[in-house]
Amino acid sequence: MVIAIPLIWMVLFFLIPFAIVLKISFAEMVIAIPPFSALWEYSEGVLNIKLSMDNYLFLLTDDLYIRAYAKSLKLAFISMSLCLLIGYPMAYAIARSGPSIRNILLLGVILPSWTSFLIRIYAWIGILKNNGLINNLLLWLGIIDQPLIMLNTDIAVYIGIVYAYLPFMILPLYTNLVKHDYTLLEAAYDLGAKPWKSFVFITIPLSLPGIIAGAMLVFIPAVGEFVIPELLGGSETLMIGKVLWQEFFNNRDWPVASAVAMVMLLFLALPLAVFHHYQSEEAL
Amino acid sequence: MNKSGLVRFYPFDEIALFTTMTKEKQKISANADNSKPYIEIKNISKSFDNFVAVNGINLEIKEGEIFALLGSSGCGKSTLLRMLAGLETPTTGEIIIDGRDMASIPPFKRPINMMFQSYALFPHMTVEQNVAFGLKQDRVPRNQIKEKVMETLKLVEMEAYTKRKSHQLSGGQRQRVALARILVKSPKLLLLDEPMAALDKKLRGQMQIELVNILEDVGVTCIMVTHDQEEAMTMASRIAVMDQGNIIQIGPPSEVYEFPNSRFSAEFIGTVNLFDGKIKEDRPDQVMIKANDLDADILIDHGVTGTLGMKVSVAVRPEKIIVTREQPDSKYNWTQGTVEEIVYLGGFSTYYVKLDSGKQVVATQANLNRTIHERPSWDEKIYLSWLPVSGVMLIK
Repeated sequence: MVIAIPLIWMVLFFLIPFAIVLKISFAEMVIAIPPFSALWEYSEGVLNIKLSMDNYLFLLTDDLYIRAYAKSLKLAFISMSLCLLIGYPMAYAIARSGPSIRNILLLGVILPSWTSFLIRIYAWIGILKNNGLINNLLLWLGIIDQPLIMLNTDIAVYIGIVYAYLPFMILPLYTNLVKHDYTLLEAAYDLGAKPWKSFVFITIPLSLPGIIAGAMLVFIPAVGEFVIPELLGGSETLMIGKVLWQEFFNNRDWPVASAVAMVMLLFLALPLAVFHHYQSEEAL
Repeated sequence: MNKSGLVRFYPFDEIALFTTMTKEKQKISANADNSKPYIEIKNISKSFDNFVAVNGINLEIKEGEIFALLGSSGCGKSTLLRMLAGLETPTTGEIIIDGRDMASIPPFKRPINMMFQSYALFPHMTVEQNVAFGLKQDRVPRNQIKEKVMETLKLVEMEAYTKRKSHQLSGGQRQRVALARILVKSPKLLLLDEPMAALDKKLRGQMQIELVNILEDVGVTCIMVTHDQEEAMTMASRIAVMDQGNIIQIGPPSEVYEFPNSRFSAEFIGTVNLFDGKIKEDRPDQVMIKANDLDADILIDHGVTGTLGMKVSVAVRPEKIIVTREQPDSKYNWTQGTVEEIVYLGGFSTYYVKLDSGKQVVATQANLNRTIHERPSWDEKIYLSWLPVSGVMLIK
């Protein structure tokens, strides 16, 4: 019974939507409601199933899609790496601080997400724009004499994604690091390892599950991210989330949009499979 | 006195015997170089905020010795050990090992290795990798590492488990790996922090003896910390009894047991009956004490002296008290009481005797006679007595 609840949840909110999208991805676009052809028809006692691979093949004809996928993966990967580089020391510091400060620091990590995500991204426009906070400050200090162009660049997108997803890196890392047995590090010192070596050979390997969990939590949503590139990256940024949006709402081509989504899922399933494999190995 | 005190007492004599036997060969090696101590701890103290954990301790330990710091939790023994390892910085004092001051040497450069209470094996490494870790840090060539690791694992009889990870090992196996991991570095000093605490009781006794055998084979100098007096007596050639950051008494196990220098020492090691009283007569090498709870005075006839009227305690071990039905014909060292409880333990029985004053005295008697009728029984009026050599006068 208890096992059935998550199962029902998965079927209702994951498997059925997935099946619908999968089905639409094999249909053809028609101008109707719904805007795609039926996959099967029952006429004159014969069941006709029409599976169209056209949508998938179409993705290969225009390099826009390939470029969009590549760009999204690259952006997600770099953002993930940046989150790890910034998040690891933060998580480590929080895990090492005294219990009373620890909760305040954790709250500090979570607190921003109590405001609307959209508002926080809008705030970054105010900070990054030509006559925004950073440029005004640098101009006032005399470090630059012309405003830096930051908004509507990839840098702005990186800043936005790293800012928005950093908690998802910090929290699993913290959960892992806080459980570490400090005597293991003492044992490493005692056996002749300098502090940085103990960190490399003891702390990092033991925090690998946390690193992987955090990386996945950042990477997967970052690949399909739509709002941040749209608001901070300007109209030129080509990302798969944006392509998906355009296919769906502007072109009303549901079948191609579904195919785009399915391929994206494939890209994401791969690292997930690696993660799963690693976890089951850990459990041994 | 409760019955748990009795459980502690039971294997005591056997172990004390065993210890004196095994320690003989060790004393020879320990005495080999009598000129200077191998490890010198000079006036070492450690304070945390306002709490003094270790209070000006002086210790000298000879090469090849197995030394035990014995005390209850919070007595500062672990802090002292951690200062030796370099994991805590002393507030004052010096640690000198083989003529070298350790103050400026960080833990990863000290010729000292510690076995942690939890063993602290690296969970993501195999047995072999765990043991090799310390050698890798010293940049020992790869082929030598392999060789040394296998050699050490053989010594602790773990060569069949090289590829296992720590969670695939039993408690006893983990202890062996932890021992191999520090022995492989051939340290000048080995520190053992509660070496048996992570093992179940049955395994402990066996591992205590095995551990001592390995340590003696290697000939390494060793300081161990324990709260278990039995463990300290089984393993160590000398014991330091600690309380509240101070060393109360240092000596071989038998000396600490037979000649405690204080009430604390007497009560901490083994079971003891303490009688309070005042010195009544002080003759050469003899002291007569008027005890509050006893029918006769106490006479102690070995190396004691004191001023008249001084308040003292006399410690008498339970196995030194004789239980009889007849009144002893001595003028000293006896009293009358009622048997309150008898605990039969096969080889001997423990009598809990209530004196007229209400004080309870514990006495153990070897069960020489087979039938129960020949021995005193519950609620019987009996006499307790002991020899003038059996008591120890304590002034603190």
